Amino acid sequence: MSEAALSRLKERFGAAILETSSFLGDDTAVVDAARWKEIALFLRDDSKLSFDMPIDLCGVDYPERLPRMEVVLHVYSTSLRHRLRMKARVGDDEMNGAEIDSLVPVWSGVEWLERETYDMSGVTFRGHPDLRRILMYPEFEGHPLRKDYAANRTQPLIPYRTEEEAGVPLEKLAPFGPDEGMSFGRRPHLPHSEN
Amino acid sequence: MGEVTRTVTIDGSEQGFATTKFDALLSWARKYSLFQYPFVTACCGMEFMSTVSPRFDIARFGAEAPRFSPRQSDVLWVVGTISQRQAPVLRRIYEQMMDPKWVIAFGTCASCGGFYDNYTTVPGLDKIIPCDVYIPGCPPRPEAILDGLMLLQDKIASGDRRPGVVKPRQDPADPKNDLVTLRTSASGRDE
Ligand code: SF4
Repeated sequence: MSEAALSRLKERFGAAILETSSFLGDDTAVVDAARWKEIALFLRDDSKLSFDMPIDLCGVDYPERLPRMEVVLHVYSTSLRHRLRMKARVGDDEMNGAEIDSLVPVWSGVEWLERETYDMSGVTFRGHPDLRRILMYPEFEGHPLRKDYAANRTQPLIPYRTEEEAGVPLEKLAPFGPDEGMSFGRRPHLPHSEN
Repeated sequence: MGEVTRTVTIDGSEQGFATTKFDALLSWARKYSLFQYPFVTACCGMEFMSTVSPRFDIARFGAEAPRFSPRQSDVLWVVGTISQRQAPVLRRIYEQMMDPKWVIAFGTCASCGGFYDNYTTVPGLDKIIPCDVYIPGCPPRPEAILDGLMLLQDKIASGDRRPGVVKPRQDPADPKNDLVTLRTSASGRDE
């Protein structure tokens, strides 16, 4: 629906719009990370676009690509009722240079979303007023939604009790099996009949 | 309500006499007056609410009074996923409770982390505090929760502090033979 928005972006920014695609009504523009904020301002202020509401902002890690981290922004226009996805790619394979301008001056609603992206993916937002972790605790090391964060690595805030302290086995007996709860765990699935 | 009109006299004759051990009397009183502290963090809370509300009516077991101060409560219901960030809070609450105190792990997440096998979830509250009864299920049905409460009451009565797990009422591999048979009254309703 907002393919018109894509062509307007291309017309205005030319080579800074690296790729565009439209799929089933989802319109996406991959833009030059250096002009991220400038393009966002245009999206907000242009009368034919007037994207006044940021829906979401997050980071997606593609370790096999360069630049590695994709910052994804979804915006919506409450007056024109169209939406757009904008992406920028930052960071080398060690996540050096994973920095992008903060969009808080454009839409103040992205403040916590940028904090979340920083917390989960480790993207630094230049000019953010209060860039701290938001979901994890300050003692947490690393960024858990990067693909190189080990899936089973936990960082407990207080030490776990040992079996000696507890005096009872802390591994659960039946009926707690690997298939308890839902069945998309990483452990091999046991058929019920083995219980 | 109303006035007490009948006087009961216990005078040692055959009109009324009972002997018991003090311990047994005390645990009998304890098991029917469990003040609960609900530590509700996630979706299991929905099932907890239905258990506390009139349809399943946890008040029948003397356990309906919630106390939102750990100092006044006897049983800590840990209902839902415990994240690493909450772990110190949960332990502080447990430490603030007065003895005697009991802990119920409500649902798979509280018992062993459930399907959250990741950076943020504590794999079972017993990694932090002792636990008396585990109730499996995601979420457990109210019947399982009442089974868990009755299991805790049995443990209080017998002084058994070893952890217990609520058994399923039905074996998924053998759905025809229920593991628990509910008595049915003449009116056809479950008792
Ligand atoms: S056991 Fe299931 S229902 Fe209960 S908190 Fe965990 S995910 Fe939610």
